[in-house]
Amino acid sequence: MAKPLSRLRLVLWVVVAAFAVTATGLYLFGATRPTEAAGIGHGDYVLTTADGQNFTRKNFNGHPSALFFGFTHCPDVCPTTLAEMTAWKAALGDDGKDLKAYFITVDPERDTPEIIGDYVAWTDFVTGLTGTPEEIAKATKAWAAFAEKVPLENGDYTMDHTASVFLLNRDGEFEGTIAFRENTDTAIGKLQKLIKG
Amino acid sequence: MIRLFARALLASTLALSPIAVSAHEAGAKPAHGAEAHAPAGPVVTLGDLEISGAFTRATLPNAPVGGGFLTITNKGAAADRLVSATAPIAKETQIHEMALEGDVMKMRQLTDGIEIAAGETVTLAPGGLHIMFMGLNTALVEGEKVPVTLTFEKAGTITIDLAIGAAAAAKSMGH
Repeated sequence: MAKPLSRLRLVLWVVVAAFAVTATGLYLFGATRPTEAAGIGHGDYVLTTADGQNFTRKNFNGHPSALFFGFTHCPDVCPTTLAEMTAWKAALGDDGKDLKAYFITVDPERDTPEIIGDYVAWTDFVTGLTGTPEEIAKATKAWAAFAEKVPLENGDYTMDHTASVFLLNRDGEFEGTIAFRENTDTAIGKLQKLIKG
Repeated sequence: MIRLFARALLASTLALSPIAVSAHEAGAKPAHGAEAHAPAGPVVTLGDLEISGAFTRATLPNAPVGGGFLTITNKGAAADRLVSATAPIAKETQIHEMALEGDVMKMRQLTDGIEIAAGETVTLAPGGLHIMFMGLNTALVEGEKVPVTLTFEKAGTITIDLAIGAAAAAKSMGH
């Protein structure tokens, strides 16, 4: 009796060990895969350009991009960043000829396509994007950008928002960021690297 | 090119909303240094206070808000406090602070104003403390001036001109 039981025990331990190895392997495999499946910026959001055209993640494909989340009731960061993006483009010269830039509003309730379009038009470079609050929420979530309404005393509100510029390669994949007020040379260096791929 | 356009905003009168005064540490935030390119305003004296480098920036099309920036030096022996600001260019003018937390820019109203300690200098500058013009009833055009009225707890009230600089970061736009 004792012998068959210990053999059974041995077999069971082998099964447990095999299961553990398989589970670990599956876990490690799984842990590396999902980042690719749900990368930064991936999602089925449908935004709207100033002309009323749909804009989806696919529109980032085929050219390097700089992407910023802002709003028109923004006193400082947004005008500054728009001006800086435009200055980077100018400084890049020919190298930056297929670089595109996008300004996605985090305040879709106030920033209509027309308003956002006029707000960025002076740059002759940056594309303004808005959308329904639901689609904007999907886009900010996809980009892991922060946006939160902050009520003011007078019943008005302002927005807290991510102030970094996101960089996307020609496949529309996230490559890095440029911080708010980052040194101009550093910013241009990052863009040159992005453009060269 | 900045496209000028007609604004359909109702011409609003001054909204003189008094801002609460109470003891509160507002603290000075370091300037970003961007004001080096800003148009230099004259130095104005009000009691023990010296106000200098007052400027705002040209607005982008459809921008309904703007920021006012200046430096206040308290040459007196007692602390004073900027308690409110009003301007005819906006429906409402508030005193705000913004700060980068991680990569998120947060902006808050300073209902208690900004203290200027005895012998200290406080700079309102892009990226930090600023006067916030909300509901602009006119576009701010580079090269022009706009008045703003500042009220201090001890030194009293003064109206100064803000020179309107380039649209962003007080940098030349390089057109």
